[in-house]
Amino acid sequence: MSKFKKSSNTQQEIPTAALPDIIFMLLFFFMVTTVMRETDIMVKQQLPKATQLTKIERKSLVSYVYIGEPKNVSLFGNEPKVQTNDNFVEIPDIVLFVNQEKDKLSEAERDKITMSLKVDVGVKMGIVSDVQQEFREANALKVLYSSIKRAEE
Amino acid sequence: MPRGKKRQPAEVSSGSMADIAFLLLIFFLVTTTIANDKGIAMRLPPKPDPNEPPPEVTKNDKNIYKILANSGDQLLVEDEPYKAGMDQLKQDVKEFILNFGSPGEEGIQIYNSLPSALKSKINQFGRRTDSSDDPTECVVSFKAARGTSYEVFIEVLDAINGAYNEVYAERVGITVEEWLALDREDDIQNDMYQKARQGIPRAISIAEPN
Repeated sequence: MSKFKKSSNTQQEIPTAALPDIIFMLLFFFMVTTVMRETDIMVKQQLPKATQLTKIERKSLVSYVYIGEPKNVSLFGNEPKVQTNDNFVEIPDIVLFVNQEKDKLSEAERDKITMSLKVDVGVKMGIVSDVQQEFREANALKVLYSSIKRAEE
Repeated sequence: MPRGKKRQPAEVSSGSMADIAFLLLIFFLVTTTIANDKGIAMRLPPKPDPNEPPPEVTKNDKNIYKILANSGDQLLVEDEPYKAGMDQLKQDVKEFILNFGSPGEEGIQIYNSLPSALKSKINQFGRRTDSSDDPTECVVSFKAARGTSYEVFIEVLDAINGAYNEVYAERVGITVEEWLALDREDDIQNDMYQKARQGIPRAISIAEPN
C-alpha cells in the first residue's frame, strides 16, 4: 500500500459565504469616493500643462468657472464663452455668480473662497483677464489656474 | 382535527445578494471620477479704491523683473526679446531673486539665514549691482496682452512660480515636490513653510493687459 494515499475526502471548495461582504466593502468605498459630475461642461476643455501644481485644500471652498470655445459651434458660435454651473454667462454676470457661491458658505469662510479657472489652452488672455477683473470686483481674490501635471522629461 | 401543516422555514434566500452588490459596485465604478483638481494658485490684488489715486511705484527699477508677452506669444524680458526656453526663464528669475546686489539690513539677515549650499550658489551668480538689491525688495512683473494665448500665460506663470518654489525648497533643504506637497494643517510642516517663506515674499505682479 502506498504511503501517499490520496486523501479524497477533503473539501475542495472555497467558502463563498464572505463574498458578499467583500463586495459590499468595495461598494461602500466607491460610494463614498464618488463625486457625481453635477455640471455638463459645454465648452472645450483641454487644460494647460504645468509643473508647479498645488492641491486644493478644501473642496467645499472651490467654485468652478469654465472658459473655452463652445462644443456646439452651430448653436453658440466659436467665440470663447464663460460657463458657470450649467449655463453660459455674460462677463458682467460673473459677480452675481460669485456672490451666489459665497452665500452658500458660512460667514467666516466667505473670504476664503477659491475660484478654479478651467480654461482651454486655445483661449486668448483677454477673456480670462476680464473674468479676473470681475473676481476682483466681487472680492474673490484666490484663484487657481487649473492645469495638468506635465511629465518631467 | 386540524390538518398537520408543515411550516415553511421563514428565510429569504441570500444567494443573489452578491449579484445585487456586484451590480451596484459596477455602477459606482463606472460613475466614479476621483477628484484631482490641481493647478497654480494665485492671489489677485484687491480692487483699487476709486477715491484714492493709484499708488506710485516707488520701487527702484532694477528691483522689478519685467516680463511682457505680446499677442504673437513672443516674450520681452527686461526689455530684450527672449528666445530661450522656459527652463532658462526659470533660472533667470531665480538668479534675479537671489541676487543680493546691495542688500539692506533685512536682506543681510536673510542672506545669513540661508544654508551654505544656497550661499555658494548666490556667489556663483555674481551678485550683480545692476540687478535686484535683495529678495525682500524684488518684484516679478508679468504683463500679457489681450491676444496672448492662455497656454503661454500659464507657461510663464509656471516658470516664475517654479523659480520661487525652488528658492523656498532649497532654503529648507527639501525637493520642490516635497515643498509643493507640504500640508499646512500639520504644525511641523507649517513651521517649515513659514520658515522658508519668511522674508522672501512671492511677489508676482500680474498687470492688466491692454
